[in-house]
Amino acid sequence: MNLLDPQGPVAAANSTILVDSVFIMLVIVVPTIVAILAFAFWFRASNTKARYQPDFVYSGRVEMVVWSIPALTVILLGGVAWIGSHQLDPAAPVPGTGSPVRIQAVSLDWKWLFIYPDQRIATVNTLTVPAGAELNFQLTSSSVMNTFFIPQLGSMIYTMNGMVTKLNLRADNEGKLQGLSAHFSGDGFPDMMFDVNVISPLAFPDWVAGTAKTDAVLNEASYKKLMQQGIERGRPSYRLEDPRLFDLIANQHIPPGPGPELISEAGRPHSGGHDAR
Amino acid sequence: MLGKLDWSAIPFDQPIPLAAGAVVLVAILAVLAWVVAKGHLPYLWHEWITSVDHKRIGVMYILLASVMLLRGGSDAIMMRIQQAVAYQSQGYLPPEHYNQIFSAHGTIMIFFVAMPFVIGLMNLVVPLQLGVRDVAFPTLNSVGFWMTATGALLVNISLVVGEFARTGWLAFPPLSELSYSPGVGVDYYAWSLQISGVGTLVAGINLVTTVLKLRTKGMNYLRMPMFCWTTLASNLLIVAAFPILTATLAMLLLDRYLGFHFFTNEAGGNVMMFMNLIWAWGHPEVYILVLPAFGIFSEVVSTFSGKALFGYRSMVLATMAICVISFMVWLHHFFTMGAGPDVNAIFGIASMIIAVPTGVKIYNWLFTMYGGRIRFATPMLWAVGFMVTFIVGGLTGVLLAVPPADFMLHNSMFLVAHFHNVIIGGVLFGAFAGFEYWFPKAFGFRLDERWGRAAFWFTFLGFYVTFMPLYIAGMLGMTRRMQHYDVAAWRPWMIVAAVGMAVLTIGVIGQIVQLVVSIRNREALRDRTGDPWDGRSLEWATSSPPPVFNFAFNPDVRGEDAYWDMKVHARQQSLEHDRPDYQDIEMPRNSPTGFVCAFFATIMGFALIWHIWWMVVLGGLGAWATFVVFAWRDHDEYVIPAEDVAAIDRINREERRGLVSMAGTV
Repeated sequence: MNLLDPQGPVAAANSTILVDSVFIMLVIVVPTIVAILAFAFWFRASNTKARYQPDFVYSGRVEMVVWSIPALTVILLGGVAWIGSHQLDPAAPVPGTGSPVRIQAVSLDWKWLFIYPDQRIATVNTLTVPAGAELNFQLTSSSVMNTFFIPQLGSMIYTMNGMVTKLNLRADNEGKLQGLSAHFSGDGFPDMMFDVNVISPLAFPDWVAGTAKTDAVLNEASYKKLMQQGIERGRPSYRLEDPRLFDLIANQHIPPGPGPELISEAGRPHSGGHDAR
Repeated sequence: MLGKLDWSAIPFDQPIPLAAGAVVLVAILAVLAWVVAKGHLPYLWHEWITSVDHKRIGVMYILLASVMLLRGGSDAIMMRIQQAVAYQSQGYLPPEHYNQIFSAHGTIMIFFVAMPFVIGLMNLVVPLQLGVRDVAFPTLNSVGFWMTATGALLVNISLVVGEFARTGWLAFPPLSELSYSPGVGVDYYAWSLQISGVGTLVAGINLVTTVLKLRTKGMNYLRMPMFCWTTLASNLLIVAAFPILTATLAMLLLDRYLGFHFFTNEAGGNVMMFMNLIWAWGHPEVYILVLPAFGIFSEVVSTFSGKALFGYRSMVLATMAICVISFMVWLHHFFTMGAGPDVNAIFGIASMIIAVPTGVKIYNWLFTMYGGRIRFATPMLWAVGFMVTFIVGGLTGVLLAVPPADFMLHNSMFLVAHFHNVIIGGVLFGAFAGFEYWFPKAFGFRLDERWGRAAFWFTFLGFYVTFMPLYIAGMLGMTRRMQHYDVAAWRPWMIVAAVGMAVLTIGVIGQIVQLVVSIRNREALRDRTGDPWDGRSLEWATSSPPPVFNFAFNPDVRGEDAYWDMKVHARQQSLEHDRPDYQDIEMPRNSPTGFVCAFFATIMGFALIWHIWWMVVLGGLGAWATFVVFAWRDHDEYVIPAEDVAAIDRINREERRGLVSMAGTV
């Protein structure tokens, strides 16, 4: 999950900006730290060779320089931020080979549901995508906030109930990656890691066909069961009955997921915690 | 009768909080018993609990912060151990416990350690630096302190009665809404912050008024010590920002108690509004904490370099620039929410702009050292340690302000490392520097230097060993608040961080030992001159500890570094006039208002948390009655006769004369 080992263009651009920004700042920061240590050492009281200048308390030239150095750095970095924000807007298209794959991600308590509306399939806690194709994500949440993040593909984004966020990514190399939720969402939060299988574009239709053969069906009823609080250890997949399921979730036609069931009236509900273990 | 409260609220099945609670309870009872048995109770009551003396209140704030630092630090130790062991296992803390710990850790460290520490130092020092006898509203000051203490008490009660929030320190909805957090944890969180927020707000109003309206003769704005400027900026931010927090939490509480829908998923509630509101308070809060620390470092660097602060006006400008800009950057806390690129870029650049005045401050401290004669007493060690550490934190902060970089690092361990880098490296180092620097002023003896140095080095190195690995873990994709994980690459860094935590803990223990050793050797460490560091501002112009009226005469200020000028002046003319014309001094009477108000606020807060409505009414009426009684008081001041003032002042004057004549010959 190393951020400096990007597996797609978005992550590559993100991490390039990250590294560049660090280097731009190091040019200023390293000399400053050296100067602090050097001045502190040289002007120590016991050093008789250092000249004591108690009246050196203002210098227009020095002020000019000390305002300019950080200002120029920030102008440079501000340019990086402005251009980067526009080029790497999560909603900006990421052209790829072949036809884009639409994926609708729903964060549940505490698992990820990935709906492929065009392929009429859905998977939980595992995301399978073809290498090289543009991936158009639409994201929402069944209940509380989460953040969808595949570190080696780049750009994370929030999922919120009743709202849809957009994210476009591309995975360039076949292989297994990992994704996670990057926004705390309750007791089962650490188990919201998911697998990302990047497979060849040729194998993708076969995978879709294989997945569609499953008996499990995702419809409103089975979704409501899935959205109960709990952790999913397996990697179930479903045939999608209604390709508009995501819209029903996002526009709250299906009401938000329930929280923990209260065992006692007292202030200490245990259900969530026990589920998590 | 008792609302939601019954025996199931006590976590009999969880040994850790129960044992911790029992130990604390026994300790408190033991101290109380000792106090009563030794007959110290009247002294405590008259001299401390009901005191409206800004110095005493400042000391009590710092004591509260120190105690809570130990509590928040214990949480930190437990978290670091959990993440070191919870690789492919559940560790030793189940999620519902771990989640409470990190929520409590953040809440406590910000609201009940950092805030009271800096407010305590401001309370203690600012009136002295301004050359005045007290803050603008002395009794309100006491109320503010006791309200803060009430909040801290409620947070600690949650350890054994019920639970604390399991939502993180900002209690983001909808997770913090009733449907997802039905327990009392979020209520403990919200009510303790509401009550202590009242305390913070009145402290802010008080200090702003003090700086604006109560300055001694000749102390115009551009002669104020830097710490007074940063106090002004910080408290302006408090006055402007804390009402936002109060309103936001009030809306959350309305959602939870009365079925409103401000931030719920249903019925048009909007979580994004909460995010915006809480950060509209939260970002200024960062500067509320760090600006006073900047002020402390300005005083320390200048004093121990034997020079006036370099570029004073530039520093004032930088301080006020930070104060204003800090209100315009809140959105950088959620670049990943999906706002458009224009919005993200503008807030990113605004955030970077804050780095300019901050950078200027660093350079001005640098040039204050240039040409100085630097004495490396403990406060100066903290200051140099801060400068180096804070630059690293500033670098990672500006990095996080670049939206595309933040898209990778948001909410990660990198972020955790960053804000600890600036809060420990900035605020905590500043608080410690201020503690070491002004301790002799508050108590009349210095702290032990050897233990102070040892504490510094352990804390300094411990900080790096703990938090540099977290930067790396963040670069490896690790997000925050993980109760357990299965990624092998993260593990070694979590173990190193736990080792660092041990070193950091030794540093904190070193500081406790330093305090104990210093109290024991206080006669040897005694400072009779009131000016142990060859200081430059007016707090050093009076005795240590200062008399209740601070100054026998209102000092007359003729320039920056008021006391330094006086000393130079005195050396040249070798006179401090001999038979001053002492006058009677009027001082505010002590008042139990603050303590009694807080007593009722505690009852009310606890009752609100547990839905014990009759008790809510009782607490509310009690607090109101206390206020009424105070408002109808007949005598609020007493007079210290001129002879007493003269007697107190003469002793200090003799000691000081020795100092001045000695310094004059060097």
